[in-house]
Formats: sequence, C-alpha cells, structure tokens
Amino acid sequence: MKSYFPFLSNYRKAIYLAPLLVIVDVICEIVQPELMSKIVDVGVKQKSLPYILHIGMIMLILSLIAIAANVGNVYFSSRTSVGFAAELRKGIFTKIQTFSFSNLDKFGSASLVTRLTNDVNILQDLVMMMLRLLIRAPLMLLFAVFFAIRINAGLAIIIAIAIPLLSLSIYFLLHRGLPYFEKMQAKLDIVTRVIQENLINVRVVKSFVRENYENKQFDLASGDLRAMAVKASGIVVLIMPVMQLVMNISIVAIIWFGGVEIISGHFQVGQLMSFITYITQILMSLMMLAMSIMTFSRAGASSKRILEVLNQQPDILDSDEAILKNRQPQKGKIEFRKVYFKYQEQSPEFVLKDISFTASPGETIAIIGSTGSSKSTLVQLIPRLYEVTGGQILIDGADIREYTLENLRNRVALVLQKNELFSGTIAQNLRWGNPQATQEQIMTAAKIAQAHEFIMSLPEKYESVLGQNGVNVSGGQKQRLCIARSLLKNPLILILDDSTSALDIQTEANVRAALKSNSNPPTMLIIAQRISSIRSADRILLLENGEINGIGTHEELIHGNKIYQEIYHSQQLV
Amino acid sequence: MAETINRKLTPAGLPGRRGKISSEKPGNALRVFGRIFTYLGDQKLSMFVIILLLLVNTLATLSGSYLLRPTINKYIIPHDIAGLINMIAVLLALYIMGSVASMIQNRMMITVAQRTIHKIRTDLFCRIQSLPLQFFDSHSHGELMSRFTNDLDNLSDSLNTGITQILSSFLTLTGILFMMLYISPLLTIVTLVIVPFMLWVAGRIINKSKTYFSAQQGALGALDGYVEEMIRGQKVVKVFCYEKNALDDFEVLNKDLRDKATHAQLYSGVMMPVIQNLNTINFALTAAVGGIIAIVKGLDIGGLAAFLQYSRQFGRPVNEISNQYNSLQAALAGAERIFQIMDEIPEKPDEPQAESLQKINGDVEFRQVSFGYSPANPVLKKISVMAKAGQKIAIVGSTGAGKTTIMNLLPRFYDISEGQIFIDGINIVNIKRDDLRKSIAVVFQDTHLFTSTVMENIRYGRLEATDQEVISAAQLSGADSFIKRLPKGYLTILESDGGNLSQGQRQLLNIARATIARPSILILDEATSSIDTRTEIIIQKGIDQLMKNRTSFVIAHRLSTVRNADEIIVLEHGQIIERGNHEFLLQLKGRYYQLYSAQFD
Repeated sequence: MKSYFPFLSNYRKAIYLAPLLVIVDVICEIVQPELMSKIVDVGVKQKSLPYILHIGMIMLILSLIAIAANVGNVYFSSRTSVGFAAELRKGIFTKIQTFSFSNLDKFGSASLVTRLTNDVNILQDLVMMMLRLLIRAPLMLLFAVFFAIRINAGLAIIIAIAIPLLSLSIYFLLHRGLPYFEKMQAKLDIVTRVIQENLINVRVVKSFVRENYENKQFDLASGDLRAMAVKASGIVVLIMPVMQLVMNISIVAIIWFGGVEIISGHFQVGQLMSFITYITQILMSLMMLAMSIMTFSRAGASSKRILEVLNQQPDILDSDEAILKNRQPQKGKIEFRKVYFKYQEQSPEFVLKDISFTASPGETIAIIGSTGSSKSTLVQLIPRLYEVTGGQILIDGADIREYTLENLRNRVALVLQKNELFSGTIAQNLRWGNPQATQEQIMTAAKIAQAHEFIMSLPEKYESVLGQNGVNVSGGQKQRLCIARSLLKNPLILILDDSTSALDIQTEANVRAALKSNSNPPTMLIIAQRISSIRSADRILLLENGEINGIGTHEELIHGNKIYQEIYHSQQLV
Repeated sequence: MAETINRKLTPAGLPGRRGKISSEKPGNALRVFGRIFTYLGDQKLSMFVIILLLLVNTLATLSGSYLLRPTINKYIIPHDIAGLINMIAVLLALYIMGSVASMIQNRMMITVAQRTIHKIRTDLFCRIQSLPLQFFDSHSHGELMSRFTNDLDNLSDSLNTGITQILSSFLTLTGILFMMLYISPLLTIVTLVIVPFMLWVAGRIINKSKTYFSAQQGALGALDGYVEEMIRGQKVVKVFCYEKNALDDFEVLNKDLRDKATHAQLYSGVMMPVIQNLNTINFALTAAVGGIIAIVKGLDIGGLAAFLQYSRQFGRPVNEISNQYNSLQAALAGAERIFQIMDEIPEKPDEPQAESLQKINGDVEFRQVSFGYSPANPVLKKISVMAKAGQKIAIVGSTGAGKTTIMNLLPRFYDISEGQIFIDGINIVNIKRDDLRKSIAVVFQDTHLFTSTVMENIRYGRLEATDQEVISAAQLSGADSFIKRLPKGYLTILESDGGNLSQGQRQLLNIARATIARPSILILDEATSSIDTRTEIIIQKGIDQLMKNRTSFVIAHRLSTVRNADEIIVLEHGQIIERGNHEFLLQLKGRYYQLYSAQFD
C-alpha cells in the first residue's frame, strides 16, 4: 500500500476532496426518506399544503446538492485514478529501463507487458472504486441503520437479523463459487494454449492433415471450460436473487410488525414507508461492500506482480567513480582476465570458466563452438549486459566497470543473435545507432552491411515502413539491417553474434570484406557456425563447455585441435 | 518517432479495455443478433422457459409493491389484524416465488449462454483450421487470439446476464409505468415530466462517453503497442543505450492516454450517480405533489405509499439498461468480428473428380510453374523440375530466391497461378488434398512442438502408431538416445514449445515425427541450419535413414549437405539459373561454383 503513495502524490487534494463529497452526497440522500415520511405523516394528515411544499423544496434542494457532490466526486476520483495509473505506468517503465539482462530474463517480456498494462488497469479501477464506493457503502450503511433505529428501535431488530443473514449468504456463495473460478481460469489457460499452439503450428497441422484431430482436441478443451464456467457462474449468479429474497422477506417482516404497531398506535404509515426504504438502502450497501471487498482481494495479485517489478533492484549500475571520471574507451583493446560467469548465484556450475584472451585494436577474433558452449554469453559480458561473476574484463586497460554504461555501450556495438527491429521506417530504425546520422552516413552503413541494394529496391526506399519486429522483411534482410544499425554507432568494438546466419555465403563474405575495408576498422568479435565465415579471422577462439579449448589461426587449429578438426570435417563431408 | 507510432498503431486487434464501450458500431446489429440466435439451436425451448421465469419474477416484484396499497388501506388503517396476516402470507408467497423463479432463470441462462459460447468457440476454431495459409500470412496471431479472448469474453458476459437484464429492466419499466397510471394518472404525469429530461441527460452522457471512450481506446492501443514492442526489444534498447529516448516516447503516449482516459472515466462514471440523483429529485417531486394530490384530490394513503415505492424503483432499470446497452454493443461488435472470420473462405474443396491416393510412387514434376503471393509480385517464374521416385533433389540459392516457396506449393499450401505440378503423373489439383498432404512430410526450419509428452509429439506424424513404432522411429532418426536421458523418458512432458530442449534435440524430434509418418515424399526446409555442424552429423544420419527410398527435396545453405543430390537446382530471383549434379555444376564455374568456393575457399 505504502509503496503506491509516491504515485498518488500529485493528487493529494483530490484524495481528500473525493471522500468529502461522498459524505455530502450520502447525507443529502439519507434524509430523503425521513422527509418523505413527514410529508405523509404530518403534511397529508394535517392537510397542510404549505408544509408539504416546504418539505418538498428541502428535498429538491438536497437532491441538487447531491448531484453536484456526485459529479464532483466522479471528477476527482477519475482524475486521481487515471493519473495514478499514468504515474504508475511511468514508474514501472522507467524501472524496466534500468534492468540488466538477468533482471529481464527473470521476468520475461510477456509478463512485464502484462504487468505494465493489465495489472495497472486493474489497480486504476481499484483506486476509482476506493474513492467512490469504499467510503460510500459503509457510510450509507451506518447512516441508514442510525435513521432506522431513530424511527423505531424495535423494528431495527429485523435489520439486526437481515444483515448477518445476507452477509453469510454472500460469504457462503462466494466461498463455494470462487474456487470454481480458479479452476475455470486453469481450463481457460488450456483452451488459450491450444489455440496458440495451433496458430504457431498451422503448417505442421496442415502438412500432417491433423485438422480434424485438432478440432476434436479443442472441442474437448472447450467443453471442459464450458462445464467449469457453468459451475462457477452458476453459483455466483445466485447472489442477486438471494439478496432480493432477503430484502423482500425483511420488507414483509417490517410490514407485519410495523403494521401491528400502527394498529396499536405507536407508529405511522409514513414512517413505515421510510423504514422500508432504509432497509433497502442498508442491504444494497452491504452488497456493494461485499463486491468491493471481492474486487479488492482480486486486485491483490496484480498489486503483488507490480511491486515485484518496482522492488526489483537493477543488478548492474554505474559506480559513482565511473560517473565522476566519465572515462571513454579510446582504442578498442579487449582483455579477458580469468573470467568466470554463471547466470544465478545459486547454480552449481559456471557457464564460463577461466576465460582469458586479448584482442588488439582492429583485430578480428572469431568464436566457434557447439550450441550451448556459451559463446553468446561470453560476448554479452563485454558491454556489461551481464556482470562477470569472477575475474575481469578490461577495455583499453581499464576494467569495464570503470566506464559508465552509456560510455561503454556507445562504443561497443553488439548485434544480437535474437535481434529486433521496431515499427517505423527503415531510416528511423537505422538511426537507433545514431539519432543525428545524416542520410549519407545511413547509406554508407547500409552499403557496408550489404543492405543498400535491397532497400533501394523497395518502393519507398529508406522511408519504407517496417511492421512490428520487421515482419515484412526476410530473415537475411533483417540481419543486414541490424548490422547497419550497429555500424551507425561508429563502434570501436563490433560484435556479431551469429548475425549473418541467414545470409548466403557470398553476401556474408561481402559484408566481411566491406567491414575490413574501413580505414580504421573496429575490433571485431564474430560468432559463427560455418568455418567459411571465420577462417579469415586473425585468430579463432574455440569454446567447448564454457572453456577455451583452443585459440589460434585457422591453420594452427586445423593442425593442432581435435575438436576444430571435427568441426572442419563435418562441414566438408556429407 | 512517437508521431509515427501514433499514426501507425491502430487499436484494431489490440486487447480492448474490457471493451466497456466499443468504438465500433455493430454494422448491422440485428443481423449479428440473429446469427447469435441461430447458435441457440435446440435450446430455444430453454430460452422460452427463461423468458417465462423472467416474467414471473418481474410480475411478483411489481405486484408485491402494489399490494402495499390494499395492505395499508384495507387492513392497517382499519386495524384488521386477521386480514393483515393473510396479506403477509400472500406477500411472502409472491416474493419467494419471484426469487425462486429468478434463481432458476439465472442458472438456466448460464447453461444456455455457455453452451452457445462453446459452440461459437469450436466453430471459430474449426473454421480457422480450415483456412488457407494466405489467411495466416495476413492476420497476426495476436489479432486472432483477441477474437477468442476479448471478443468472446464480451459476448459471454452479455449472454450470461446482460440480455436477460435488459429484458427484465424493460419489463419492469413498463410494469411500473402501468401500475403508476393505474394508481393515479395525474401523479404519473407529474412523475413523467422529468423522465424525458432524464433520458435526454442519459443520452448526452452516453454520447459523450462513447466519443471519449473510443479516443481512450485509440490511445490505449497506441500505448500498449508501444510497450509491447519496446519491452520485447528491451535487450536491443540496452545495447543501443536507447533508454532515455524510449522513456520520452513512452511519456508522450502515456500523457495522451491519461488525458483521454480521464474524460472517458469521468463521463462513464458520472452516468449512474446522475441518473440516481435525478431519480431522487423525481422522488421528492412525487412525494410533494403526491401529498398535495392526497389532500386536494383524495388519493388514498396506501396508493401514495405504493406509488412512492414505484417511483423509487424507477431509476434502477433505467441505469441497468444504459449500462447493459454499452456492453451489449461491445459484445455485438465482437460477435461481428468473430463472424467475419467465420465468413472467410476456407481452402478450396477437392475437385469432384479428385482421386483418392493410397500409395504413391513418388514421381514429382513441376511443369512451367509460376507463382506469387500477390499477383503483382511473382516469386517463381516458369519453374520446371523433374524428380523420379527415390531421387534427392537439392535447391540452393540466395536468401529470398524463392526456395521455400517452391516447397510450399507441393503440399498445396498455396495454389499456383500458372503451370502444373504432377505426382505419379496426376495433376495435384486432381488429388484429394488430405491424401496429397499425408504422402508428403515436411521438416521445417522452425521446430514447433506441442505441449504434450515426447511420445505424443512424435506420434503426431501418424496417430495410429504404436508406442513401439514411435520408439523405433526415434531410434532410426537418432533421437532415442537423448530422449532416454530425459527425466521421464518418452513420457516427459514438453512445455512451451519444447523450450526445455536444445535446438538440435527439437530438430531430432521433428525428424522422428516425419519418420513415423512414412511419407513417400520428403521435404527438408533448412532443417539443420541452426545447429552446429558437429551436432548436424548426428542428425544427418537420421535424415539419411529417412530419405532412403523416398523422393526428397532438400533446401540448404550448407552446400556440404547437398553434394550427393541427384540434381541440384540453383535458384535466383525466382528462376532456375543452373541445374545438374555437383560435379557438373562445379565445372560450369557459374553461380554454384561461386557459392561453393566462397564456402570452402
């Protein structure tokens, strides 16, 4: 609860005003039945027109005040709840921006999106409800009980029975019904999963002609969901009729006991009528309260998920010293000194073990090794996307932790294996590398990445709009755009993590040649599968199970390293 | 950046805000409604009973209120206790009857609604299954999912309670009006003076809130889209130090949403209390005028009491109707979108003369085949390929040359625009599509698996295969050894698309799945490209086993995997530029030679 106060701080006034207006509204409304009974019991009985008009005027004025109070309350609560949601979203988004790769891995992007959208919306509704109903319902209840007792304390016993009766019934129904809702959710998840898998696998389903089989499977899953939905909703829909029953029986009881009292002369018809109105209001408020509590408890899960994000400590930050010194990488020399790494502290085994090597400025080092040998992990340590567990990585002689993240990452370009483009034009995407890039610079980068030609063949050229994650370009084209984007950073160090796998060999060779032709080439680390992609590298680093198994030129390794020979031969023979 | 995002992202297909008020108007509400009605099917009788019970409950409630009049006039004021007891009994009976009717009605409605939803859901699923691949190319998964989730949810809510609530509110409203007129026409006129005003205010608010809600939907869609894209690409954001820019763009969208949502929430939130308060004014007016009429025109006290009771009840159905009207609109709009998909044209049915093929030899011929995903953009131009039964044909060429497209045509994932394809001399359009596809197995580049056991995932290739057959298929394709090391062996459950397996292992399962299908024709589309070459050797053995005695088509980047093909086809810009076996092509010193030497140079 307290964690959310900062997000509400702009709306303090509204937070006080909204409940205040609720109180005004409730008071205006609660005296209406009492006034009405005066019209019947005094005005009509004494046949006094002025009295009736007088009371009628008061009722009218109170109603008008109530309208104003209500509109005001809605205004303040909307503003507060919506504003709160906006602040909270901003808070979460800002927090996520500070996350390291391991923070991101922990949550997963789908789950972060849900937290940032759905969960925030749920809390927005909750704040709205709190400002509007949570005070109103109990207040209304209290006032109505107070007025009812004032009219006739004896009859109020009926209220004393009706309130627990209704509370218990609601509790019982919810207690029975809610577990079914959880089960229903599980069934719904299955249905959703089946749909999703079928969409992903549409080609598999079609090629094995499994449409009918899948339809049957889905029918079963959907049928299960139906059965559970009927059970769950079937119980909860009884709440309204039960409430109606309790209310009506109470009214009958009031007519009976009230009627008897009127007959014995202690009670008046108008009072009976207002008493009926009060008990209606009491039970309605009780319903509202129950529903609010339910919403409240449901929002708990959302709140927990949001707090998880907000309370997550980003595990890679700039040190004060780095900020103070504002050091910049100058040449692009990389040195690994006995680097160890594991993703989670508690995991028993290191993913990278005792990695030591040096890359001089302008040198090209290739990294090869079987899937799962931690090649990607190794290069991601350089721009501090993950933090080394042991040992040191130095750039130009200084530990990478002595640079600010911004200075470091601005000069280290990493083309990720799983790369993303964003919706927008090609030029906009490329400018990620350098927001100030001129058209000329963009074209030069695209030419080096062998992307210029295909971009120019598009109808809108550099202004062609890419769909989300570049759905409208092929895998190879996407890779080339990603390389061009990184080149625009004008990096000292360029890392290609299997970034040319979808290119045919000729194009890949062209990219490599163009990169090398630069007068001042960056230090390059290249991860690749194909020997052809790496054999021209200055040195090749062979990783096996997170350890350096061999390092040297192609010629050296082909003669001296058994695994390298195996890889080489595997690519020569069928 | 923010501007383009604003322009580009439309709320269509994005999850709505529980679709309270939809921006779309259901084009033809009645037609959509009628179509939903057809889904009730044999439940029309239940529906009839439900309406009957609804009527019972409404009448019980209305007459209960009315009975206040005789109770006060005839028994309480004249001090008749015995009569009062009778009256109380009648009231109790009425109210209990009403509530019981309402309980039964509510439960029945849930059953009817969920059955209907189940029917629509399965129909939608089946229809989607039958649609051609072009449909999936042009519709995102998110969009299709939201038909099943948002749209169906809205519809489900409306069917569960919405429709009966609207109905009962209308009945109640008519009933109240009728009873008021019966008690005192004069007082009714006074009461009704305010009603047009109430409706006018309600109409105004609904209109305003509709406009603001659609503005909110738009802003929400833009923000959600942006968030989804940025969070998914968060690692790229990090690599490019793009955090500040992302935050700036986010703030623009966030502020926009805040402003629009405030208006939307204000107008939608103000509706209920305002109507309620107007009703209170009405109540005050009725009480005062009622009192005057009682004095001047001699309206009985009981009548006044009953009348006031009715006038208090007046606001609720009005509120209910306006609330439900909005959700109903959203539901109908959703239903319309669902029906739109159901109206998509499925894959062309088999020709009447189409042959049923039990066993094929595997002679394949492409004769002058041209094809484009859109008519303006031909991808393949006059392709002719001949494969004799049992031969291995390799297809190589640059990215985007049309290699995968060729192979999509054989199982008729797409229909060709020009030329013919023959299997065993029969044009494939004259073969039953299911038989055609059953005789071809494709090992795709992206390996997708189902949430199920390893056993079931392999068995997917041929559902009637025995466990023993599954295991031998796995052995043949070289998957057996790693499967046995899994925690529960063949009974290990693969979750979220086989995420707990390595790429190579998933690929092996894929091959085992193709093996068990016992196809006559095999297509390998870059089946091993994302695996390192040492692992590939293991997989290659499985593949070789699989290819024995089968016509196979292999698409590969790595030329080492295609060398021993009977014919290698070099594709460039949708045309065959070279063809022949490995040695021949090398001697040709053309494109293949170029590709080959770039690899081994």
